[in-house]
Amino acid sequence: MTTKPGAAARAKVTPVDAPTVTPRATGRSTIGLVAPVVASLAVFLVVWQAIVAIGRYPPFILPAPLTVAQRFLKAWTDGTMWPHFATTLVEVMLGFAIGATLALVVGVVLARSRLAERLLSPYLVAAQATPILALAPLIALWFGTGLPSKLVITTLIVFFPVAVATMVGLRSVDPRLIEMARAFRATNAEVVRRVEVPAALPAILGGMRVGITLAVIGAIIAEWAGGDRGLGVLINVARGSLFDIPLMFATLATLALLGVTLYLVMVLVERRLVGDR
Amino acid sequence: MTAAHGTEPRFDAPATGTTRSAAGGAAIRVDDVSLTFRGTRTTTALEHLTLEVAPREVVALIGPNGCGKSTLLRVISGLIAPDDGSVAIDGRPVRGPDEAVGLVFQEPRLLAWRSVEDNVRFPMELAGWPRDRQAARAAELLRLVGLRDFARAKPSTLSGGTAQRVAIARALALEPAALLLDEPFSALDALTRERFNAELLTLWQRTGSTIVLVTHSIPEAVFLADRVVVLSPRPGRVVADIRVDLPRPRRVADLDSAAVGRLAAEIRSHLVDTTDDAIALADARAALEGEDAR
Repeated sequence: MTTKPGAAARAKVTPVDAPTVTPRATGRSTIGLVAPVVASLAVFLVVWQAIVAIGRYPPFILPAPLTVAQRFLKAWTDGTMWPHFATTLVEVMLGFAIGATLALVVGVVLARSRLAERLLSPYLVAAQATPILALAPLIALWFGTGLPSKLVITTLIVFFPVAVATMVGLRSVDPRLIEMARAFRATNAEVVRRVEVPAALPAILGGMRVGITLAVIGAIIAEWAGGDRGLGVLINVARGSLFDIPLMFATLATLALLGVTLYLVMVLVERRLVGDR
Repeated sequence: MTAAHGTEPRFDAPATGTTRSAAGGAAIRVDDVSLTFRGTRTTTALEHLTLEVAPREVVALIGPNGCGKSTLLRVISGLIAPDDGSVAIDGRPVRGPDEAVGLVFQEPRLLAWRSVEDNVRFPMELAGWPRDRQAARAAELLRLVGLRDFARAKPSTLSGGTAQRVAIARALALEPAALLLDEPFSALDALTRERFNAELLTLWQRTGSTIVLVTHSIPEAVFLADRVVVLSPRPGRVVADIRVDLPRPRRVADLDSAAVGRLAAEIRSHLVDTTDDAIALADARAALEGEDAR
């Protein structure tokens, strides 16, 4: 029970002397952020293993997590996974880039003009309401089974959430800020670039966060509609001709990891651009 | 937040360099201006309003809610074009927002994603100033309003009063010959407001710009202004134009003098017809006249 008085005094002094850092930057809160994620993953895997053990499911119905992990590593090391992963990644990134860019432009137009909104929104909503799953075979028929049809489908699925988020974000910019900018002789273009877009950025990035995960879905659906390479194709092959269910699970895990990673990248971008408002 | 810096920032922090505007205060002439807003309900905001402000003069516009004070300020600043009549600054007709005019709104209206310094630089960026000139002028302005230590701070971390100082620095960015303030301190508590008024006078002495200030407060108007202009409720017209002959520099303590009491009473007497009841009555009468006309 002996305490060193000197150490206690130092410990008391430290918080005052320490430079102020944002909580996000400290090591303690990084652990605080990561720990729950690791814990929930562990619980997930344990429950999965328990279900397999109790139900005595064969690997072709529900493989155990360890079986999937082994197949996952093997598929990545023997070169099975990589070409499919690269194909899907390109489809997702390009489709998202095209879809999000188009959506930004259309979102600005929709926000600026009520007429444009009236003219375009029925088609936008109809395109969104029609299941992409039902449109995909038609698009594959028109654009072939190569990259173009994948990009069309991915672009379509990304477009709507980003366009709507952009429109709503721009519409909800405080008009008093715009008046302020006009008082300092801002032109229309300057108002858009220096006030409206930065003010709407959190909303726009929120739409992109939804868009990037949808882009993964779009790419898989497009591959199912026709294609000879990609993670969607690999799922079909593993389930069908190969009947390698652990490989199918390993592919699903790859897809999940891809989606989570892209989402986290978007969150990081968002934090970087609008973090300290 | 100010505690960390020891003392409250002040407008009259020691300033080096000149902040005096080149023009030394602009003459403002509002000539027979009328303005009607047409919408679901048509309101005549200003009717045949004429007002002259001499260079370096401080004029307070006072009147009830909805008498068009803020509208008049926007007409002078070129944000709203009048239906009739004209506005001129130093003899030049106003056709849109003018570099010679700096505007301070009721709210700070800072851009949340920019630092304090970058908010102050905003008008200079729009005016196309080179970056080094922007930086030098921003440093000078932040010193002038006592916010040198806040240059990198984000608006969300500022108190209402500090944010409004930033807005004032931003309005002074292009060395305007006229500073227009729309109830700039109305969101602040009474004591802070009193201090800000005193500091605004110091600032006025240092920059030498003409000031037109919209206010709801009779003491504030008397304390700050050379002239208090009382406006009538809709449509806005000049009811009274009262000269305030109190010596300068003025101190907050002077507000208790007999002369101030007399002026305040005179201003109040002109405001009697402008209570909410009177406005409601005027509106009702206008509505009836509208029906008759149809």
